[in-house]
This record gives sequence, C-alpha cells and structure tokens, in this order.
Amino acid sequence: MIHLANRIVTVCMMQLSKEHAPLSKLPLGVVQAAARSAQGGIVTTEQQAAFSDQTVWMIAVRDSRDKAAFGQLFDFYAPRLKGMILRNGISGNHAEDIVQDVMLSVWHKAAQFDPHRSNVSAWVYQIARNRQIDMARKYNRPVPEALKVEERVDDDADQIVGLEQETDKLRTALANLPDDQRDMVEKAYLGELSHSDIHDQTGLPLGTIKSRIRLGLQRLRHELKELR
Amino acid sequence: MTMSDITHHISDRLMASYASGTLPHPYAVVVASHISMCDECRARYHSHLAAGGSVLSSLATETVSDDLRSRVFDLLDDAPAPEPKPKKRQGVYPAPVMEALKGKQPVWKSLGMGVKQSIISNDPEGSVRLLYIPGGKAVPEHGHSGLEMTLVLQGAFADEDGRYGVGDVEITDDEVDHVPVAEPGVACICLAATDGPLQFKAMMPRLLQPLFRI
Repeated sequence: MIHLANRIVTVCMMQLSKEHAPLSKLPLGVVQAAARSAQGGIVTTEQQAAFSDQTVWMIAVRDSRDKAAFGQLFDFYAPRLKGMILRNGISGNHAEDIVQDVMLSVWHKAAQFDPHRSNVSAWVYQIARNRQIDMARKYNRPVPEALKVEERVDDDADQIVGLEQETDKLRTALANLPDDQRDMVEKAYLGELSHSDIHDQTGLPLGTIKSRIRLGLQRLRHELKELR
Repeated sequence: MTMSDITHHISDRLMASYASGTLPHPYAVVVASHISMCDECRARYHSHLAAGGSVLSSLATETVSDDLRSRVFDLLDDAPAPEPKPKKRQGVYPAPVMEALKGKQPVWKSLGMGVKQSIISNDPEGSVRLLYIPGGKAVPEHGHSGLEMTLVLQGAFADEDGRYGVGDVEITDDEVDHVPVAEPGVACICLAATDGPLQFKAMMPRLLQPLFRI
C-alpha cells in the first residue's frame, strides 16, 4: 500500500515538474518544497536514514538542481579528488582545474546518476578517471553502449539502500585489509598499477556488490519492458 | 543471442584496470564492447567502480583553494560544452567498435582462403582489428607479443580451450600455441586486440597448415 502511494506521489511530482519545467526558473522556495515532497514520496523516513548523506545530496541535485546540496558534495569530494589527482603526479594548480571539470560534470550530468547501479562515490570516481584518461589519450576513450533508457524510472528505496549497505561492507573490507594489500588496492584503483601488476584477488568482496548491481540492472530492463 | 549464453568473460584484473583507466587502448575497446554485450560484466564493471569509489571516499583530503569553490559555483548556470553524439551499434558491431571505426563500415583486406581482416588501429600502443573467418576455416596465426584478446561478434570458433560464441572473449598470451577454427555455418567475425604492433610475416605459414588440427 505504502509503495503504491509512493508511486502515485512520484508520478504526480513527475507531472508537476513536466508542467513547470525547467525547475531552475521556479522560485527557490517552490523548488525546495517540491524536493521535500518528492523525497517524501520516494523513501520512508526509516529508509532515508539508511541513505548516505552523499546520496541524499546527489538526489537533491539530480531532481531539484539544489545548489546547497551541490555545495555539500563539493566540500566532500573536491578535497579527495584533489588528493587522487595529485597522487597521479599532476601539479597543484592543474589538479584544481581537473577538480573543477569533474565537479561541473557532477552538476551537469546529474540526470545520468542512477543510485540503483552506482553509489555517489563510484559515479564521481568514474567521472574523474574518465576526465584524466581523456586528457592523456590520443584516442577516443572506449565506453560501453548505454542501456536504452529514455525516461528515468522511479527510485526504489529498497534497491538503493541495499546497494548502500553493500558499498559500506566494501569500504569496511577495504579499511580492514592488511596495510600492504590495501596499498596495492589503492594503487590499482588510483591508476598507479598496470593490468599485469594487478593481482586478480584484491581481497575485496566484489561478488556481493555485483549481485546488488545486477538486481538494479534487471529492474531497469524489467521497467523498460513495461514501458514498451 | 541471449546474455546467459556468454561463458567467457573479462578477468577481474583486466576489469579493475579498465575501470581505473590504465588498460591500454586496444584492450579497452574489447572490454567496452564486451560490457555492451554482457550484463554480467556490466555489473562487474560497476562493482569495480564501486571499489574505486570506496578508495576515493577514504582518501586523505587535500586543501583546495578558496576561489575554486566560487569559480565552480559561478560556472553552474553556464551551458556545458556540447558532447559529440555517441555512435550507435550497427549490425553485429557494438557501439565501441563503431566508435573505433569512426562510424564507417569496416574496410576488409583478403588474407586468402576467404579469411579477411580490417585493421582499425596498429601502432606501438597495440593493434585493434576485425577478423572475418568463413565457417570451418582456421583463424590465421599472427605473431604478437603479450596478451591477445579476441571477442566474438558473430558466429563461433573453437580451440583446445573451448568454444567461443557471440559475446565470449578469449584471452591468450604469447606462450599459447593454438589454432582456433570457425564453426561450420555462418562466418565468424571477431574483434581482436594486442598491445604490440602486428607482425605480419608470421601470418602466412599458419594459413598453410591443415585446417582441422585442433
């Protein structure tokens, strides 16, 4: 029942935002009110408590172009992105230019953020790695075909929370690795190891998070079938 | 083709390298093409991105200058630079192959006995090419150093390691001496990548070898 009610609220919100699009032209108060009720329509309070701050901020940026939420994302990611880029041997000023590009992409590409397949850190990581590859390579960066989704489907709080829990487990596993192994994993994902230097067994429980992501993909394909 | 038919996937080592952006370009074309055809590996790719995200979120912070924040906020309302429209899948060629072909159909060169190849790129960073092998014919030998990745786009081939159908990837190193043979029936079309330039002089002798020596 609650789920059905949530769906109805979400559909109403989608109608609303279609009628009044673009949201950026609306007075800030209206946008914020819409964001609040949209969030209320998607998740229960209990479930929302299980969302990470980053996910709550990112959904607010995606759905209501919330600049305050973007500021929170900036304050969390910009100092870490700079750390990642500096580790790749890029000088301070140049590193900040890259941080700027990445954070602007987070803002402009927010509509592509899908919390059923990626948590926010994974998505920001992907944008940052892509930016660095694009600067270094003479060839176009090969990207997988996008899944054919014309319209974004409703958020499913259970799915999102499930993925968040797996992501937490992954982060805990990373923190608990022996120093030398954690160092190796960090080097691999920060682009400091070649494919022949990366060991197959990273010690990270990637299997469980993969199952969650697979569920997200299946759900997406299922919704697509319903749309046809 | 159904997704569950794919049995030969990308290893975690290569997937982690692809996610972190260190995989040499020729292999990245194969990995991106395989992910386009394989939900299993699309999920694995995202799980490696999640691992990368965990590393990012647990990194020590570096102080950013005050004006970076205001600079970014000043630019939020500017329209982003337009991005080139991504190429679409055409026939058996997934989008990353069409991207590598710059949207054009492959230009085939005969290697004899009905076998054809279309070289997409070949330089010190490695090679990416398409192979067309008529049903029942052997895949020509081609000298290369290091790893070779072969993704089946149409038909199937088999060698002593097993059968490779549409979506399957075979990964071999230069130690392995093998003779893949296309299955009878529809021609086998593969995408093959090496991390060194192709060595053409090794190609002819293998063509002369008996076709059914598996």
